[in-house]
Amino acid sequence: MSEYRTAANKLRTTRILSIETESPAVKTFTFKGKECAKAKPGQFLMLWIPGIDEIPLSILDVEEDGTVAVAVKEVGEATQALHRKKTGEFIGVRGPFGNSFTVNKGKILLIGGGTGIAPLLFLAKKSLYKVEKLVFVMGAKTREELLFTNKLRDMCSKGNFIATTEDGSYGVKCLATTPLESLLAKEKFDMTYTCGPEQMMRKVFDLAEKHGIALEASLERLMRCAIGLCGSCIIGKYRVCRDGPIFTGEQLREVKNEFGISKRDFNGKKIPLE
Amino acid sequence: MLVVKGSLNSSRLSVSLAGLKLVNPTMLASGILGYSAETLENIVKGGAGAVVTKSIGVKPRSGYANPTVVQASCGLINAMGLPNPGIDEFVKEIRRAKTVLNVPLIVSIYGFSEGEYATVAKKAVDAGADAVELNVSCPHVKETGSEIGQNPEVLSKVVRKVKVSVDKPVFVKLSPNVTSIADIAESAAKAGADALTAINTVKAMAIDAETVMPILSNKVGGLSGPAVKPIAIRCVYDIYEQVKVPIIGCGGITNWRDAVEFLLAGASAVQIGTAVALKGSSVFKAVTRGIETYLKSKGFESVNEIVGISHRC
Repeated sequence: MSEYRTAANKLRTTRILSIETESPAVKTFTFKGKECAKAKPGQFLMLWIPGIDEIPLSILDVEEDGTVAVAVKEVGEATQALHRKKTGEFIGVRGPFGNSFTVNKGKILLIGGGTGIAPLLFLAKKSLYKVEKLVFVMGAKTREELLFTNKLRDMCSKGNFIATTEDGSYGVKCLATTPLESLLAKEKFDMTYTCGPEQMMRKVFDLAEKHGIALEASLERLMRCAIGLCGSCIIGKYRVCRDGPIFTGEQLREVKNEFGISKRDFNGKKIPLE
Repeated sequence: MLVVKGSLNSSRLSVSLAGLKLVNPTMLASGILGYSAETLENIVKGGAGAVVTKSIGVKPRSGYANPTVVQASCGLINAMGLPNPGIDEFVKEIRRAKTVLNVPLIVSIYGFSEGEYATVAKKAVDAGADAVELNVSCPHVKETGSEIGQNPEVLSKVVRKVKVSVDKPVFVKLSPNVTSIADIAESAAKAGADALTAINTVKAMAIDAETVMPILSNKVGGLSGPAVKPIAIRCVYDIYEQVKVPIIGCGGITNWRDAVEFLLAGASAVQIGTAVALKGSSVFKAVTRGIETYLKSKGFESVNEIVGISHRC
């Protein structure tokens, strides 16, 4: 068990460096952060919106000059308050926390849904020149909800980027998991990575199991302490903040009765995933 | 692996605490994990001699908004706000825990009245709790916790009411945020407490200089970790001088030496919480092994022999 780093857990206040609109509901925020700039793909940070809330966010990208980026979807009070902020305003940051995706060689398949595309984009960037083949499948409800389409299309060679939308307004009209069946049947991938809505990831898990492909999935749960103490984010015997957020297919087998099915609410009570 | 098991269970380390048999004197402190049987089982695998659950009340409670935890120089300040699913839901978890745990299960309890404490205690014991620990020391929720534990009369009423409601040991977790913890301890003992846990967190606060804002959403929280250890040791030492019921030392224990210091001050067992973040669940094994090595090197046959011996100096 690794010792946790006090320096990483200390709350640092910093100014918002830039804000970019990615879609009607998603904005990318950047800030300078020495600790967070050490993050590996899949790790997360806790972002404090002073006086409002502190929320866990996947890290979208880090630069050598210490710039850190997160993509934030407006979903509630905290993210709304963050979306209203302007460049130069203060936010607080703790982290990076949790484990990371393993950067693999060989042939890799990435499946992202919604804002779950963010950590996978970070992973794709780090993996691109190390792997033999990278296939990226991304999905969203509509065209305007698809994120980083241009970046990913440029990154992936022709035919290795598949976009899906539920309403067919862009790419293939289907769920992100639909193309997987044929991809996995056709080709032997060394690793599958997924991040997105949990029911989608459950489907990816079931397919990866069926085809005997290694999997790493990024889970999300209610987070409070982020350092493995409070138990708010537990799934089975695991703490998502500390033992995750990245879980292997093998670990997900152990929590099959909860993964894609239930989570814990603010009271710590097990409730169905909506 | 057999050697490890033998080591953690040797008679030198076993402790009898108000009738509970512990294979070693390390316990999981309340508030750490403790929502589910599986996470408690992990802590027991890490070597804990007993586990204490999160504090449970009559009704479900969602706790405070984040930030609920803030890092201080030598510890953590938290104001979780007692999130818990309520006893009627939690009894399922107690029953499951009892089927998988081979160490005593202590259910931590809070209430807004003596009746609430007693109701929760009875339900917890009926579901299989081996003991209850009364949280009369949480520093950040109004009308419960330390607001009860700081008032000797109210505290005595709560302890008495719980004592007549359950036939299992009743521990009382004390607050350091009082003028004389020994006097409070005496009140709890006179009211029938079977053991006293000292201490809960020290009331504390963190402010951010840039935004000039208090960081915790509740503004005020409780400090835990190495920063509070010297305070906790003094509290245990004071209580031991004045009160004869067993004491469970708690506050900043991270390694075996910390634990031994608490035992020397008068604690019969120790609780570990914040160090689970620092060192993982195997911290219980590491502390227990260290205590055993210490006892051997000093020629003691049992951990009980060193309880309170600093008082002879």
